[in-house]
Amino acid sequence: MTAPLLQVRGVTAYYGKICALKGVDIDVNANEIVTLIGANGAGKSTLMMTIFGDPRAREGQIIYDGHDITQLAPHEIARLRIAQSPEGRRIFARMTVLENLQMGASIDNLAHFDEDLERVTALFPRLKERLYQRGGTLSGGEQQMLAIARALMSRPRLLMLDEPSLGLAPLIVRQIFDVIRDINQTDGMTVFLVEQNAFHALKLAHRAYVMVNGEITMTGTGRELLSRPEVRAAYLEGGRH
Amino acid sequence: MRGPSITQTATTRDTAPHTRPGVAAAFFDALKTALLVIGLGTPIILIETRQSGAVVTLHLRFGLLAALAGIAFAARLLHLLVIAPWLANRQPLRLAERIPRQFKTWAKRAVIAFVVLYPFIALALAGKGGAIKWIDNFGIQLLIYVMLGWGLNIVVGLAGLLDLGYVAFYAVGAYSSALLATTFGLSFWLCLPLAGILAAFWGILLGFPVLRLRGDYLAIVTLAFGEIIRLVLINWVDFTGGYAGISGIPRPTFFGLPFTAGEDGFAAFFGLQFTPLHRLFFLFYVILALAFLTNYVTIKLRRLPIGRAWEALREDEIACRSLGIDTVTTKLTAFSIGAMFGGFAGAFFAARQGFISPESFIFMESAVILAIVVLGGMGSQVGVAIAAVVMIGGTELLRELDWLKQIFGPSFDPTKYRMLLFGLAMVAMMVWKPRGLISTREPSIVLHERKAISGDLVKEGHG
Repeated sequence: MTAPLLQVRGVTAYYGKICALKGVDIDVNANEIVTLIGANGAGKSTLMMTIFGDPRAREGQIIYDGHDITQLAPHEIARLRIAQSPEGRRIFARMTVLENLQMGASIDNLAHFDEDLERVTALFPRLKERLYQRGGTLSGGEQQMLAIARALMSRPRLLMLDEPSLGLAPLIVRQIFDVIRDINQTDGMTVFLVEQNAFHALKLAHRAYVMVNGEITMTGTGRELLSRPEVRAAYLEGGRH
Repeated sequence: MRGPSITQTATTRDTAPHTRPGVAAAFFDALKTALLVIGLGTPIILIETRQSGAVVTLHLRFGLLAALAGIAFAARLLHLLVIAPWLANRQPLRLAERIPRQFKTWAKRAVIAFVVLYPFIALALAGKGGAIKWIDNFGIQLLIYVMLGWGLNIVVGLAGLLDLGYVAFYAVGAYSSALLATTFGLSFWLCLPLAGILAAFWGILLGFPVLRLRGDYLAIVTLAFGEIIRLVLINWVDFTGGYAGISGIPRPTFFGLPFTAGEDGFAAFFGLQFTPLHRLFFLFYVILALAFLTNYVTIKLRRLPIGRAWEALREDEIACRSLGIDTVTTKLTAFSIGAMFGGFAGAFFAARQGFISPESFIFMESAVILAIVVLGGMGSQVGVAIAAVVMIGGTELLRELDWLKQIFGPSFDPTKYRMLLFGLAMVAMMVWKPRGLISTREPSIVLHERKAISGDLVKEGHG
């Protein structure tokens, strides 16, 4: 067994005096989809942002592919082929879809731009029709597709997605999750997925973590967590799909 | 005087945008406006105090108040019955999409040709005496502001960093060039790049402390920075000459040939008859070249990674960071390159005037340059150039309106109304083209065909 691609060890993070992460341990193995679920304000997004270097971890260690990235700046972390699709999509509204994708390819200075453009537009054919449309005029689902496509343009080894299902219709959510499964199965992409949509996310994930108040409280395979009564009670019942 | 009617416009526009209001209703609305003018005008217009010696007498100006109320009445009526229905029914302006591409390229060439030949056209039309004013006030003056507008456009328009203290870099350029020239006797052509480098350095110096700020907070700090530079220039008398400024800045030469009447002057060397126009022609082409350089560099940079990063930064800083863009370098380069062009313009300004003082670098200058960028449409090179021509050319034109004195009396000074006209232009822009004159944004990359992106569809105030 080789070492995990991403190891998070005892990481704490603070917003001013408020402790958002209280010693988090997480492993993400290569070619795996790992999901982090939890309620609003549990610290899921903070963990993803801390892995990406902003806010920085106050204690603990984050090791990616043998490098200690705990104290690196976000742009240095991105250069190690970690891509992040941040919460709320954050596409560049006044720039075209093509320009958005171009920004995604900026760490390699567009070296493989044409090839990667083919690849991501094959994944999201909808984007191909809208290359010259401004990002801000896309629908919510298309914007999410663009956000993922933009992250993929940097040829990441680890793709981190923060709530890709946020505010989307169930049909679109399914499409997006299908694409995530697809890039994992065909390209062997490692995916770290933060989600509130626990049912879909757990079904998709090889392994999953549950976070409550800045701490990991449960871990197991996606199926295991899906069948646990406490997970069902807290994150699934009432929102049955 | 039209204040009350303007404030009411907003409300009536919502209620009666599509149908023409009844004439009677419009009449009463206009009457209300006139009454408002009378109400507001009673203390500020009707009653006038005149002082003669120690005696102050009150004069009541019924005629003036009545005239103003009449004007407000007529304007309101006209607005309600004619202008508002017309505005409500007109199609949105999409000039950029309607004009064929070919026409655009020809128009561009024609404008460039006109600008390049401008001094000769001015000379031919206005004669030797009249051309001085047209080349100096309209040509050179305008081009300085076009260049400043383009320089600030990098910071505000492209990178989205609201800078209210841009004049500081203009001042740094002017003073460093003037001091280098008067203290070390360096020539203009050496001072120019040095001034640019020094201004860029100050741009970085300003950039560092404000890296974490955006929007309003950034605006306040840059505003303060501009004031600090000005106050230092005023108070560091030993170095900068204080209020007295620096005089005797050597004029630029033509490859070592001064524009003087003497034996070794430019005119004598080329066997021409000496005229001060030679220097003006020369200065015109120098600032034209500098402005073209600014434009060229900006257009090139927009297509390079750094320029794309600026625009992305304007759109969303967090997204930039998540894509591996170094936001620190991106901001600092925007500040320093914008500042560098400000510095170039400053060095040119110093050489053109031969004298500089802190009076030239007040906050008003920053405001005017920023207004040019905003009116032009943030990020649009053409829009900024048009806005500079309208704003600065318009101000200069006001000086030409002496014939108005025959109507309003000899004490009437049209230039005093400059700010009022600025304000009106701003309000009109906010209403009709809130994203600036040219709100379409050309994508920096296309695969097969070009398409402009209309800014009309963009939410106002976003980005």
